[in-house]
Amino acid sequence: MVRLDSFAVFFKIIISAATAATILFSVRSAELDPETKGEYYALLLAVTLGMYLMASSTHLLMIYLSLETVSLTSYILAGFLTHSPRSSEAAFKYITFGAISSGTMLFGISLLFGMTGTGDIMLISSRLGEMFSQGDVYPLAVLLSITFILAGVGYKIASVPFHMWSPDVYEGAPIPITAFLSVASKSAGFAMFIRLFYSGFKSADASIDWSLMLAVVSALTMTVGNLAALPQQNVKRLLAYSSISHGGFLLMGGVLLTSEGLQAILIYLVIYLFMNLGAFFVVILIANEVGSETIDGYRGLGSRAPLIAVSMAIFLFSLTGLPPLAGFAGKWILFAAVIKEKLYWLAIIGLLNSVVALYYYVRIVKAMFLETSDDTESLSFSPGSLVLLLVFVVPTLLLGIYWNPLYELSRVSLGKLMG
Amino acid sequence: MEQNAFRPRDLLNKEVAGICGVARLTDKARAAHAGEIGSYKYGAASKQDMGILSFLGISAEVFQEAAVKIDNDVRLGAWVLDNCGRSDKDLSTFNPIALLRGLGASAVKGIALVIGLLTFIASLGLYTGFDATTATFQNVTQQAWIPGLGTSYHIGIDGISLWLVLLTTFLTPLCILAAWNSVEKGLSGFMMSLLALETGMLGVFCALDLFLFFVFWESMLIPMYFLIGIWGGERRIYATVKFVLYTMAGSALMLVGILVLYFQNNNSFDFTTLSGPFEHSHLLFLAFFIAFAIKVPLFPFHTWLPDAHVEAPTAGSVILAGVLLKMGTYGIIRFCLPLFPDAATEFTPLIVPLAVIGIIYGALVAMVQPDLKKLVAYSSVSHLGFVVLGLFSKNPIGIQGSVLQMINHGLSTGALFLLVGMIYERRHSRMIVDFGGLAKRMPIFATIFMVVTLSSIGLPGLNGFVGEYMILLGSFVQGAFSKVYVVLATAGVILAAVYMLWMFQRVMFGTLDKTNEDLPDLNAREIVVMLPILLFIFWIGVYPKPFLSKIEKSVGLVVTQVQTEPTMGRAGEQILQDTELALQGTQRVQHEKIEKEAETK
Repeated sequence: MVRLDSFAVFFKIIISAATAATILFSVRSAELDPETKGEYYALLLAVTLGMYLMASSTHLLMIYLSLETVSLTSYILAGFLTHSPRSSEAAFKYITFGAISSGTMLFGISLLFGMTGTGDIMLISSRLGEMFSQGDVYPLAVLLSITFILAGVGYKIASVPFHMWSPDVYEGAPIPITAFLSVASKSAGFAMFIRLFYSGFKSADASIDWSLMLAVVSALTMTVGNLAALPQQNVKRLLAYSSISHGGFLLMGGVLLTSEGLQAILIYLVIYLFMNLGAFFVVILIANEVGSETIDGYRGLGSRAPLIAVSMAIFLFSLTGLPPLAGFAGKWILFAAVIKEKLYWLAIIGLLNSVVALYYYVRIVKAMFLETSDDTESLSFSPGSLVLLLVFVVPTLLLGIYWNPLYELSRVSLGKLMG
Repeated sequence: MEQNAFRPRDLLNKEVAGICGVARLTDKARAAHAGEIGSYKYGAASKQDMGILSFLGISAEVFQEAAVKIDNDVRLGAWVLDNCGRSDKDLSTFNPIALLRGLGASAVKGIALVIGLLTFIASLGLYTGFDATTATFQNVTQQAWIPGLGTSYHIGIDGISLWLVLLTTFLTPLCILAAWNSVEKGLSGFMMSLLALETGMLGVFCALDLFLFFVFWESMLIPMYFLIGIWGGERRIYATVKFVLYTMAGSALMLVGILVLYFQNNNSFDFTTLSGPFEHSHLLFLAFFIAFAIKVPLFPFHTWLPDAHVEAPTAGSVILAGVLLKMGTYGIIRFCLPLFPDAATEFTPLIVPLAVIGIIYGALVAMVQPDLKKLVAYSSVSHLGFVVLGLFSKNPIGIQGSVLQMINHGLSTGALFLLVGMIYERRHSRMIVDFGGLAKRMPIFATIFMVVTLSSIGLPGLNGFVGEYMILLGSFVQGAFSKVYVVLATAGVILAAVYMLWMFQRVMFGTLDKTNEDLPDLNAREIVVMLPILLFIFWIGVYPKPFLSKIEKSVGLVVTQVQTEPTMGRAGEQILQDTELALQGTQRVQHEKIEKEAETK
């Protein structure tokens, strides 16, 4: 049912780091009602438990149960701002989409169980291999069940066409929860995805080519995410769309069927953890001090709060993938893996997307440094917040220049997953 | 928020504030004769001053008495206020960047200049230690970086990069000097960006690892973005976003190219181990070439250039024109030509017309510009067209000419931007119509401007001539593309004379406008900035041998790598030999002349 291998441990570290950061953010967030904070933290830890299980599950039933644990608690957390209609709307949309996609996934699981007679994904892998070699299976039926299961996975990692919920949820939910969902939920989703598709369905790829389907999904996800991010005025919403496009980026590593591809996903997730959480933390700080989540509210920050603005610029340039920042390292390893498999079309779409991404990330940098605001009073932040900010800035800078340890760690963590 | 908590780090700030406070309070005391402090015009700041006073254990009355006495401190306080460049409000925030900003402006400039000069002096060691008899890379350093990925920190120089490195280290301190008084806000940020940019440029010219090259190539985007975007002109935001997007689009393709090469090169990014032929060499060539062509910029990728050049601050324009554009041509000579010779040969008939169009088009557009800076910007498009033309002649003389012309263009266009910046600082206009008759008011400025103008046109005896002559000669004697292009390119030289001299005439001669009557001539600092450039303009023009001799071997290697077929006819070879002899002869005569002069002295 569950496996505790180095792969699961790697993801659990990412998830617990994201949880720890979220708790520290929540303490500093002015949005949350102090009276209900007790439940809030309990729920946050419950989600974390569910995510741990997602990273370890090797049985279809366990996968579904852990997915539902995460989803149900996330719904409550997204709607935690009871005074805000946006937050309630977010929770409602989240539930609706979640229910539909997990229902679809359950249907896929039942098909697969019917065909293979087992829920253990290792056994499924060997059964599928046998069935395809003996020819006593309808490839279309397998494809259908895999596609249905993808609905559940795609919903967790917010890939097209299951991404619709995420901008509204990201915008409406409390910012710490948005940050948490964008990093931890995505990581857990990818852990589940890799388990399912690499331990379970890899042998079926020769017959039904699900990797091509995923490659198209990946290209669509990053393009849709990026294009939708272009006109956004709300920084949270902009980061939500950017998070969708990063999901598409990550999926590129998942379509290659190589350990390099998976390694790239692992590395990218760690880097993404630092740069994305850092960016969201700045959003929290600015929301507390300026009371605005729009790009206009970031005007003149370069002179009002230089340290915050410089950090934000570092995170944003890193998200774009400019050297010498960590995002560049992640992007490089990912594209190296894609090009090694000669998937040039996907690599070029990905790179063109990173140019588009540059445009909207730079809009925030532009507002901070190149534009001025009428309000010129400098903002002050508590030393604790600044130290926490450094916790994200330093790795974002360091991992761009020297990522050899991370590279080795991710290689070891993949362990025997690729057989 | 712990705004009011006491933090030891602020103590230092408070001392500064104390002095500021003395100045302000004394001011007030004079005005109000020890009246009520709370109402004086500095409002909010006074509270803080009072806070500081009570912190220091001084009562307001005692302080005011003292304040009236210490008249000198008023001046001291004013000096601190001017030089620390910060408001009292900054003092209440905890942040190290503000502390850095609080460093005196002259300290910031001084540190930046010293760093720039030290880099230049250090780079001179490359010149003196350079072995011109070999084409292999020298001063090589190699350190493992990410072994799993096959990257290493591998740097070194050859005859081509030597001069570009020296050009970079030479221009940077001059830019710092040129920006001495013209940066009004965020001086330390400006200097940091400038020096970060220098790091990136030097890295690009030295990198012998494709990955390292790409890191340096892209890392220049961020400082340049801020240089144009924060300290630029009116339309700076538009210009900087356009610049960054263009460059990024180009380098995205190059990234694919580098990765494809990497897998064909046994998973190694090491440039020195790369050897063709490569699969898909045509596409690879294009992936690299487009990135470089955008940077050069080759027509039709040039549209970012006028915006970026015009909107950038003077130092930014000088670096852009002087060094950044050369990264494109350097990339072509370093990667496109030697790695993909077949593709280079096949695309030559496509690229050469573009280069020639750039030459003519840039010159024609420059001619009608009403704005001095825009005129110089478009002249860059024209000049860089020459460089690309010379590179694709693929024979030693053409490529040597191109490398020399890169340096020449860096010097003369850099100097032109500096001069335009100087006149802009005085008049706050760059429109040609606003000037006229300046030669009478500013003789030194006019003289230097004339030399630089003539150098840019390519007057024999000055640096521009040598480069352009060699490029035209090299392209004329090759057999890969039609000589019609060379004839057309030569027309570009004439057009250059037209637009430059016409501009010079309108600015320097004619009637002096009344508003320009008080313009001061160049001051000592500005002359110091211009003199080294003038020295090299004359030096390369009169005696280019020390420059060419260092380039020769490395270019020779590129030529052997790129020449897949004989690219010149029999007659061409003859002409080439004759010309080389003639060139050597002239140089010998000049050399003897110089020696004789030295003897007679």
